[in-house]
Amino acid sequence: MSKNDHLHDTLEQAQSKQEQRMGEGADSRFNSKLREAFGSSPFMLTKLDTFMNWVRGNSMFVLLFGIACCSIEMMHHYATKHDVDRFGAGVPRASPRQADVIIVPGTIVSKFAPRMKRVYDQMPEPKFVVSMGSCTISGGPFQEGYNVIKGAEEVIPVDIHVPGCPPRPEALVYGILKLQEQIRAGESAPVTVKPYELQEFGDLEPDELVQELADDIDEDDLVMRYNWADSP
Amino acid sequence: MSLEQRDLDYGERPEGELDFDELADLLGDHVLDREQHVHTEGFVVRADEVATVLSKLKRRAGFDHMSCVTAQEYQDRYESIYHLKKYKDPTQELSIVVPTPSDNPTSQSGSGVYETANWHEREAYDLVGIEYDEHPDLRRILLPDTWQGHPLSRDYNQEKPQIVSLKQNPNPMQTKTRESGDSDTMFLNIGPHHPATHGVLHLKTVLDGEQVVDVDPDIGYLHRCEEQMCQQSTYRHQIMPYPDRWDYLSSGILNEWAYARTAEELADIDVPEYAQVIRTMGAELCRIASHLLAVGTFGLDIYGDFTALFMYTITDRERIENILEDLTGQRLMFNYLRLGGVAWDLPEPREDFFQKIRNFTAEFPESLQEYHNMLSSNEIFHMRVQDTGILPPEEAKQYGCTGPVARGSGIDYDLRRDDPYGYYDELDWNVITDDGCDNYSRAYVRLEEMRESIRIIDQCVDVLEEWPEDDREIQSNVPRTLKPDPDTEIYRAVEGAKGELGIYIRSDGTAKPARFKIRSPAFCNLQSLEVMSEGEYIPDLIASLGSLDVVLGEVDR
Ligand code: SF4
Repeated sequence: MSKNDHLHDTLEQAQSKQEQRMGEGADSRFNSKLREAFGSSPFMLTKLDTFMNWVRGNSMFVLLFGIACCSIEMMHHYATKHDVDRFGAGVPRASPRQADVIIVPGTIVSKFAPRMKRVYDQMPEPKFVVSMGSCTISGGPFQEGYNVIKGAEEVIPVDIHVPGCPPRPEALVYGILKLQEQIRAGESAPVTVKPYELQEFGDLEPDELVQELADDIDEDDLVMRYNWADSP
Repeated sequence: MSLEQRDLDYGERPEGELDFDELADLLGDHVLDREQHVHTEGFVVRADEVATVLSKLKRRAGFDHMSCVTAQEYQDRYESIYHLKKYKDPTQELSIVVPTPSDNPTSQSGSGVYETANWHEREAYDLVGIEYDEHPDLRRILLPDTWQGHPLSRDYNQEKPQIVSLKQNPNPMQTKTRESGDSDTMFLNIGPHHPATHGVLHLKTVLDGEQVVDVDPDIGYLHRCEEQMCQQSTYRHQIMPYPDRWDYLSSGILNEWAYARTAEELADIDVPEYAQVIRTMGAELCRIASHLLAVGTFGLDIYGDFTALFMYTITDRERIENILEDLTGQRLMFNYLRLGGVAWDLPEPREDFFQKIRNFTAEFPESLQEYHNMLSSNEIFHMRVQDTGILPPEEAKQYGCTGPVARGSGIDYDLRRDDPYGYYDELDWNVITDDGCDNYSRAYVRLEEMRESIRIIDQCVDVLEEWPEDDREIQSNVPRTLKPDPDTEIYRAVEGAKGELGIYIRSDGTAKPARFKIRSPAFCNLQSLEVMSEGEYIPDLIASLGSLDVVLGEVDR
């Protein structure tokens, strides 16, 4: 076995710790409130749409998507203490194809923006976006950076903005709850006109910059163009 | 080690100092001029003799650690500075200054001598625009390939539009193997959106079956122009919030300290001892929080332990963040240090605050025991991490690895002890090393380092409790606008959570730095991924990456 055997407990010590943790008292998790309210055979009547919205709002799969400092607080918001799963919104999925909600936690820079757009495009409809932190609102502390995109909305449409640098986990939970409210009420994502769509290089208006790059870039390549001077 | 037994390097005095004249003799005619920097001397050398000079210094004078390359543009020239150090004694420093003309900024590459220069020079080329002859692979590193211009050079036009392409990555083996049709290697992109890359790292890997043939980290997905931001901010107040955002895994105070230490030495500011104790305590709390996340996510990467280990570490982190919030007012981005001290005194009532820390330090060893239970006694963990991701000490030195990565390879290098600052040399603690050189050692070093940090915090609290009430000076007198003397240059480093976090500042007599360069430990450590993972299986690559504990905010800056 290991050279560091003395560092850990024996089996007995470990088991006694488990028992202590469980504590005393009957486990009451099967006595649901719903059953109390409706009796033993609950049923309800509603419209399918309303029902679907209700379901959607209550089981959101969040994309496991970390960018910068805000993602640390995002990790905290779905772990112990803040535990966003209490509200049915905290199962992180590693693949965008399984996710309904993307939280954008951090600064977006020129190199990453097309990738993020791609991840967003891979998510199935209906999809929702929570932008977290000042960086995703305006570029935050890095707004003047030569490489920083001034807000997530330049790339993808956003439903909820959570301000802060970084926002506290409570703030993010609040943002998520607001999003759930929206979804339950049947509101869909706002469609914004996005200045920076992925385009094909050949379709760009030929100007000085395009001429300069014409030899390096294939006509069919997907590209994004950033115009720092005109962006907010 | 007693002084008599120590083998002296060329140019080293018995008392452990450098004899610059002797070093200049060693280099002879190569030295064109000698400059005085605040931390050491700089030798000016010709642009086409860089490799000769560096290899002489490395072989003969024992400078085995190249910590950083700083590139900058002056009005009339470009300049690259190689900051050399020794692993055995980081206070022995030397700068090699290489000027190149404005119209043809080309100098010889140092990457043949120190592997780590490879990425540093690519960065210098990318941001400042100096070309390095004989560099094996000089291309952009942080900015997209199609970027126009070099943003930290003097004539860069910030308003100009840019185009960023999203190319399909070509199969690099196509050109390397003769029959591209039957090549049995496969090209695999990992990231930039991938849970195991701890952020937005992109690894271009080539696999032969399950084995890694080649791995090329592609960084820059979080390049937030930190150096530019610091160069356009004033010393006194505006720069301090940025360090928090380099290594953002709660290492805020450690990073702030790097800036504080450099700027204080540059402008000759004293720090009251009381403030140093508070800094030391805060810094170690940050280190624990940072290591906790490293260990927690390591378990997550290796055997998917999301429910136990990860949650336990987060729970402990919550406790630390709670304490730090009491101290600084923020959970993550503290902005607590000030030049010449700290922002404010400990929170009242002090007894409650001390009690809170005491409770934490008393209970933490038990948690640590539990982490050991889940890791060092876990058979799956052992099978996955022992003897994988081998990083021999010589390679680690070549790549300029520092921090737990170097200490996991048996290199006894810790700036808190070797280049003391703050209150560390008054306290009783140990530097943890382990010579396993594998993924396990690195995780083990982090776990045990937390135990030492707890000891340091405990002693700091002891000291603070005893501190006389009328002597609690938290900040020395610092002028409202700080304008260090023109043309002073300094490089100073502290032991951050990931290793040597250094900062180079050149002042030009205004209230803002003329050049602000960050030496990021994660940037250097990440380079060694290639050595660690080539020939290994792909899951071991993920384990190695986890054990390096890179944080992309610091890699890309
Ligand atoms: S908003 Fe602040 S904390 Fe969040 S990513 Fe931006 S800089 Fe980091």
